[in-house]
Amino acid sequence: MCDTFLLSVHSIGENIKHLVDRPDGTYCFRLHNDRVYYISETILKLATNISRGKLVSVGTCFGKFTKTIKFRLHITALDFLAPYAKFKVWVKPGQEQSFLYGNHVLKSGLGRITENTNQYQGVVVYSMADVPLGFGVAAKSTQECRRVDPMSIVVFHQADIGEFIRSEDTLT
Amino acid sequence: MGRKLDPTTYVKKGPGRKSRKQKGAETELAKFLTDEDTAPKRLSSRSRKRAGKRAQVTKKPKESIEKEEPKKGFTDENSEWLKPAKRKREVGQSDNEDDSDSQWEQEEDEGQEGGENNKGKKLLIEGDGDDDDLVDDYGALEDSSEGEGEVDGDGEELLPIERAARKQKKLQEAMGQESDDDDEDDDKRKSGDEDMDEDDTVQANLDEMDKFILPGAEEIAKEGVLLVDLQTIHQRIKDNVDVLSHFATKREEGKERTEYLSLLKKDLSTYYSYNNFLIDKLLDIFPVSELIDFLEANEIQRPVTIRTNTLKTRRRDLAQALINRGVNLDPLGKWSKVGLVIFDSSVPIGATPEYLAGHYMLQGASSFLPVMALSPQEGETVLDMSSAPGGKTTYMAQLMRNTGVIVANDASADRLKSVVGNIHRLGVTNSMICNYDGRQFPKVMGGFDRVLLDAPCSGTGVISKDPAVKTSKDESDIQRLAHLQKELILAAIDSVNAESPSGGYLVYCTCSIMVEENEWVVDYALKKRNVKLVQTGLDFGKEGFTRFKERRFHPSLKLSRRFYPHSHNMDGFFVAKLKKFSNTVPTTAVEKDGEEETKPSEAVEVTANSSDEDGPSKAGSKNKSKKQKPVPGKPAMSQKATANGKPAKSIGKKTTNPSTLKKSEKPTGQKKAKIAKMDGGTVKVDGELKKSNTVKTEGETTKELKEGSRFEKKGDKQRKSPTQSKKRMGKNKFNKLKKLLKKEEVGQ
Repeated sequence: MCDTFLLSVHSIGENIKHLVDRPDGTYCFRLHNDRVYYISETILKLATNISRGKLVSVGTCFGKFTKTIKFRLHITALDFLAPYAKFKVWVKPGQEQSFLYGNHVLKSGLGRITENTNQYQGVVVYSMADVPLGFGVAAKSTQECRRVDPMSIVVFHQADIGEFIRSEDTLT
Repeated sequence: MGRKLDPTTYVKKGPGRKSRKQKGAETELAKFLTDEDTAPKRLSSRSRKRAGKRAQVTKKPKESIEKEEPKKGFTDENSEWLKPAKRKREVGQSDNEDDSDSQWEQEEDEGQEGGENNKGKKLLIEGDGDDDDLVDDYGALEDSSEGEGEVDGDGEELLPIERAARKQKKLQEAMGQESDDDDEDDDKRKSGDEDMDEDDTVQANLDEMDKFILPGAEEIAKEGVLLVDLQTIHQRIKDNVDVLSHFATKREEGKERTEYLSLLKKDLSTYYSYNNFLIDKLLDIFPVSELIDFLEANEIQRPVTIRTNTLKTRRRDLAQALINRGVNLDPLGKWSKVGLVIFDSSVPIGATPEYLAGHYMLQGASSFLPVMALSPQEGETVLDMSSAPGGKTTYMAQLMRNTGVIVANDASADRLKSVVGNIHRLGVTNSMICNYDGRQFPKVMGGFDRVLLDAPCSGTGVISKDPAVKTSKDESDIQRLAHLQKELILAAIDSVNAESPSGGYLVYCTCSIMVEENEWVVDYALKKRNVKLVQTGLDFGKEGFTRFKERRFHPSLKLSRRFYPHSHNMDGFFVAKLKKFSNTVPTTAVEKDGEEETKPSEAVEVTANSSDEDGPSKAGSKNKSKKQKPVPGKPAMSQKATANGKPAKSIGKKTTNPSTLKKSEKPTGQKKAKIAKMDGGTVKVDGELKKSNTVKTEGETTKELKEGSRFEKKGDKQRKSPTQSKKRMGKNKFNKLKKLLKKEEVGQ
């Protein structure tokens, strides 16, 4: 389980260490009801007071394990993963709304992309104002992106902040 | 002979076709023009008349002496009785008149032959005669009327139709003018009437009051059946309020205030669609004029406000970004550094990318207030007992800069989803979300530095958001809610750790304006627990009530704050900030359970807050030790008293002090002995003393906070209880004691 979890956080790479050892205390990941939460240890101690059935959420939910033990990353992890992302994609203002509705990013909406992005690499999607919008998977490598026609998909949509409104129920 | 042909002057001569052609325009016109310039040619009678008319037009302003010579000067035999047509119409219409008359004449001429001239002339004359009556004739025409009198008689016989037609023409004109005049008159009359009416209505109001009340049941019954116009009800309300505000001067004789009030209540509930219960309650809270403002304010929405999430952005940057999206906004007020009020927006405020990125939260302005009052500090442990939908929780988190711990609780699992969503969206990392009933809380976790309780309430302050409240709330609802709120506030107080170095505060707030849910609950808490009210830190808002109808609340209730939609332009709200000054729970003799509960809570507090072990654990240990060791119990008692601090003694127990003083000053017999024992004097009578001590310790343990005097009292009573064997000392023993005491006094 741990392996799949770490693998799915592939967009960060080795920077995961930064998440665990932070200057303001050690943080850890905890599993509760099939969901992975990222919390500091002080909160963890206090959370033991609350019975399992009644505890709804602790700290930040990073994602959940599906019934087939695959890890699905949630948009709620965006704030933490975004600063450590190695590969980023910037979307043009016109295409912002489209991505926020859950669509994939087309070549016509692609503003910038980090160099040396491999195909099927996990990326973090930003707006041109450097506001993180969500996660994705690169459909083409950077070189291919330059050559390809404007209507083809360059980033597959995985999670976006529009989900806070669209799928509020599934966050818990 | 050269050609002297000048095309302008050349005239073709001869019988040929070309010579018959028309000559140039100039030559043709020259004939006409010269005709007019020539001296008066001999004219026909008709043409003479026409000429006369033309001359009259030019000569009108002049005196009538000239008398239109051409008119009068008819050269034919008819000159005596034949008068020229008068100027009937105004100058502008003269030509038309001429034309029409001339047409008439022509038609007449064509139609008839014999008396044609006469007819025509008579026509004109008769028309003139009639005109005298209708139209304001010019001076010139009046003179000619003399001659016409003779003619009229004849004229009438001849041409009645024509005369009538002409008459009608003129009548119509005159009517046109008159009708205008009439309208003006009517308007004046009407306006005059209206003024009269208004004056009358002012007086009629008072008369109407009679009408409302006198028929009383009949009219009301009628109104109930028929649909009454809302406008009249509104007017009636205004008048009623006016009368009630100046009752002494404007009342009707014999009409009681209650009658006016009952009518007003009925009208208000009809006009604003409230049920009677709520109107009664509101009338108790507000004076009549303010009530109208309140009801009106509830009909319109409060402005949309947002709160900047300072964890992710600054208010300045957010405002800029939103303005770029086309939102019209302004800072909320001087009292808030993070609030913005939205006037209008071209994009949906709840769906902008900034919203999704968690840069702001849609929150009512009144919801800022309890968090500002609570002001949680960094590193504290805070509890939010009714946190859904999470606005206040996230505000607290941003004030704490994501440090410390926030426990967000709500009894409803559905609404908790919104809390989770908001917490994640706004980037709050120091939170725990749980789904307990708030009343269980001290058992789950205690020892919080600060607690916020936004109690479930009737919602009478947010009627503008939810108009269903107007009709759905009832006496039983309010009582049930008040009961729940009392339980919750006690649980909240028990969850606060009074010994907390930076806190020990509880903020109780509701979005309701009912006294039963606000001041009464806080007053109840003041009686039941060791808390006191402190300043909220909000410099605006109305003070809470210290008395209401038959109830009297603690005077410190005026430190709480009330907010109203009509005076502060935010939802109705109540905020009270309490400070807990002791972790112990004051209990009466009956409630021994309360004391036992405090022990586990204190134990929990010890584990939770390692820094605050001394106070509660000390108390706990002392409690236990009291039962075992009577003697150290006393110093423990005194220590406890000091640990509690002076407020423990000062609040509510002043009445006992004078009595204790009295007792100490006037010790008599057995009482004196007891007092001596209490003061720690030498104990001579062991057995009894031991008993009394044990009795006393029991008394102490059951009443920890009571002062020395109370203990004396209880000790006396305890001693006198039938279970105790020997109550009274023997004579000898008593005398011995007396002597001892005297020695001590002397010695001291």
